[in-house]
Amino acid sequence: MSANNDVLLHVDNLVMHFPIYRGVFQRQVGAVHAVDGVSFDVKRGETLGLVGESGCGKSTTGRTILQLYKATAGKVLFDGADLMSLKREEMRWMRRQMQMIFQDPYASLNPRMTVADIVGEPLMVHNAATGKEIQERVAHLLELVNLSPSFAGRYPHEFSGGQRQRIGVARALALQPSFIVCDEPISALDVSIQAQVVNLLEELQEQFNLTYLFIAHDLSMVRHISKRVAVMYLGVIVELAERDELYSQPLHPYTQALLSAVPIPDPLADARRKRVILEGDVPSPVNPPSGCRFRTRCPIADKICAETRPEFRQLKPGHFVACHFAERFLQ
Amino acid sequence: MTETTPSGDNTLLRETAAIREIGRLERFLGPENYRIMVGLLKTPASIIGFVLIGVFIIIALAAPVIAPPVTPNDPYKIPRDGFSSEPQPMGSPWTRKTPPVPFWYEPIMGTDQWVHILGTSQGQYDVFYGIIWGTRTAFRTGLIVTIATFLIGIIIGSVSAYYGGIVDNIIMRVVDIFLTLPFILAALILAAVLTPRIGKSLFPAIIALVTFGWMGYARIIRGDILSIKERDYIMAARVIGVKDSRILFRHIIPNAIFPTLVLASLAIGDVVLSFAALSFLGIGTEVGYADWGQVLSFARNWITSLNTYWYIVVWPGLTLVLYVMGFNLVGDALRDVLDPRMRGKS
Repeated sequence: MSANNDVLLHVDNLVMHFPIYRGVFQRQVGAVHAVDGVSFDVKRGETLGLVGESGCGKSTTGRTILQLYKATAGKVLFDGADLMSLKREEMRWMRRQMQMIFQDPYASLNPRMTVADIVGEPLMVHNAATGKEIQERVAHLLELVNLSPSFAGRYPHEFSGGQRQRIGVARALALQPSFIVCDEPISALDVSIQAQVVNLLEELQEQFNLTYLFIAHDLSMVRHISKRVAVMYLGVIVELAERDELYSQPLHPYTQALLSAVPIPDPLADARRKRVILEGDVPSPVNPPSGCRFRTRCPIADKICAETRPEFRQLKPGHFVACHFAERFLQ
Repeated sequence: MTETTPSGDNTLLRETAAIREIGRLERFLGPENYRIMVGLLKTPASIIGFVLIGVFIIIALAAPVIAPPVTPNDPYKIPRDGFSSEPQPMGSPWTRKTPPVPFWYEPIMGTDQWVHILGTSQGQYDVFYGIIWGTRTAFRTGLIVTIATFLIGIIIGSVSAYYGGIVDNIIMRVVDIFLTLPFILAALILAAVLTPRIGKSLFPAIIALVTFGWMGYARIIRGDILSIKERDYIMAARVIGVKDSRILFRHIIPNAIFPTLVLASLAIGDVVLSFAALSFLGIGTEVGYADWGQVLSFARNWITSLNTYWYIVVWPGLTLVLYVMGFNLVGDALRDVLDPRMRGKS
């Protein structure tokens, strides 16, 4: 066990580069720097929100933690166990503890398997239950996610998006894991269904003392569900803080820009606030900018930003930020 | 946002589910494959194709009733009525070794005199027998070649896609090399080399067609596996901790195999055409074996006087054309149904 028993997942300087091969001889000509040195802790029973725009590496981070990709460098400690040093079979066993909910409920269920097969497969492959017991557990799991157990014999295409996502949740819960990576679980759903699924996730968290890594790009949804929030930009975490702290006093210019883009359902308040509009596009992760990743679009960038990579430092208790000039925003 | 409790919509779910009630076949095939099936059954061209294929299946099954064999031990031997080379016209009576007359003959023809219904070809081989029993040969060679090429293609394609990297590269280059060879010519040469070694039978031609026919399946299954491999549900299976072999056989192949399966089932027509071509050129079976290519080859010497002896080429030729057309009509309809622009119609 690790020294700190509160921490369920400890990610230390995680790096994931996808090599790019070219030519007849498949020489490596470069790499996509999808995740480039990410460190954070997730405490038992909490929800850590991970936000950032498309392509910033949030999903890759989640998948690399679950060892779906072989990380280029770094360390992932889960409940004290170093996941990267585990053998294949040990890792397979470890997967009972850590599950994932996928973004696209249409793509994440095998169309040739019935709901009973899909939800029951984890139990089967881990010999957690047999025969009749699997059926009972599947029925129970379906009830847990508010689906009728009579749906067990049906195929995924007979369900709506929200229903499918709940089947995915039931599958993730089957092995009674302690940690679930929610990879944008609601962004493919109708707004009316999003609330249902989020509330279900919250209910289940309470009931089973689950720990979530909640990946999303919807800031208000993350604010609703998370206890702490990490903001990612181009493969690095730029800011990490308690939810209320981050939303009320963002210290990184990127976080400020993101928050100022959240619509406020009040035209007067909306007119009064200052919008930070970012210039240009996100640079290519194949060839990221030197120094600070954000400097090419940062309104306060200076010389030092191009030269040294800002340290990810604790500026206030529990509030981490990677910016040379973050002090400016401290009150 | 917090208004909706998840437990509140159970009744709603039940209602919507009731509307989406669907048949057993659709469940079994999945929505996409089911749509293809329905599309096929609704296209007039493919219906004609299915009818043609159906008629040939009936002919093949009922061959002993339609044309009772003279020598029951060797029914595929086309009965001869003499040895003279000049073809006899349709309706000329049998002079020697008359086969048993089938029960359907007298009510239709009004006589129990068994005649050469479609005439005789060079060497007095009965054309009618050649066509009826040749249908069985057509299905047999078609099925054997198709199943063998299909299995070989599936195995090679799966291995290639599953291992990827250098294995994939080598296998695909081998496929490319095989594809550069002109199919009929390569098959002809291989069959000609094999015939003296394993004797005259269906097998030299079958082996040759299999050897040069598997590449298409290997490529298609490889492509489909590569695309399926990246789907979220494969990743979901890995997250669960499903073993690799189970992922391949339970998750990837069932989802990847359908297009290849359809292609294979329609290739039977082409295989028969290639087989007939080899057989026409004299490769493969014993002279007198019931096989359409063989029957056609009897007409080779009479090409200059076909206005007299037209029946020795028209009947077997027409049979072959209808057979291949049956499979091709279904194939064309299938291509239309599989066309993404057609999605949502029908």
